[in-house]
Amino acid sequence: MADPMRIRAQAAGDKATVRVLMSHEMESGQRKDASGKLVPAWHIMEVSASHNGKVVLTADWGPAVSKNPFLQFVVKGAKAGDKISINWKDNKGDSRTDEATVT
Amino acid sequence: MDETKEIHMQTRRETLKHSAIVAGLLATAGLLPQQALAYNKAAFDAKTLADVAKALGAGAPVESTDVTIGGPDIAENGAVVPLTASTTLAGVKHILLLVEKNPSALVALFNVTDSVEPNFATRTKMGQSSDVYAVAILTNGKTFFAKKEVKVTLGGCGG
Repeated sequence: MADPMRIRAQAAGDKATVRVLMSHEMESGQRKDASGKLVPAWHIMEVSASHNGKVVLTADWGPAVSKNPFLQFVVKGAKAGDKISINWKDNKGDSRTDEATVT
Repeated sequence: MDETKEIHMQTRRETLKHSAIVAGLLATAGLLPQQALAYNKAAFDAKTLADVAKALGAGAPVESTDVTIGGPDIAENGAVVPLTASTTLAGVKHILLLVEKNPSALVALFNVTDSVEPNFATRTKMGQSSDVYAVAILTNGKTFFAKKEVKVTLGGCGG
């Protein structure tokens, strides 16, 4: 199981800005190791975000997203106290879900 | 006797051929919904903006001032290039981020719902200086993009 994500969701007016920092290697599949062998790609493929249990955003990512990915998005109608949960799945079948409260 | 054998073989061959066709049809039928729902590998393998749009079943991309791409003019570290993509258009289905000269152009695809704004920021890897694109695909299939050049300084000594 990968390390937890850091999620911060801040309400401003009738919407909330969510910033997520995931912990993942995001190996591109282009790099070679010391022995000259290609390091196989290992990256987050799918990300989904829920607001109080309802999915508001899904995303597909390629290997070109940076290591320890950062994501920022804006949820409409979210207010302080609401729950934002983020889930990711990588191409090795690993996944992680973390939740944060809007402040 | 020989004649009957001939006919028998013919039928059997015919039967085999039919089963093959049916199997093929089943495979296609099984594959198609999966492609529509899951990770679009073709889009992530595409090399150019036009190919990515085609792989996603979107229309030919048109440059538009309603789409905004944000990023540095000069990135000192190609491994972490902060990019933003946003649009003021309504009825957005997908927002895409592309780096033209990467091995695969498509970086990220966001499926926009009514509950989020079509405005995203993330960090990408860039192999070399290149044009980067923000693309908005609308629910009616129309595709708009904005581009910006980002220079990548190798060696990290600053520009």
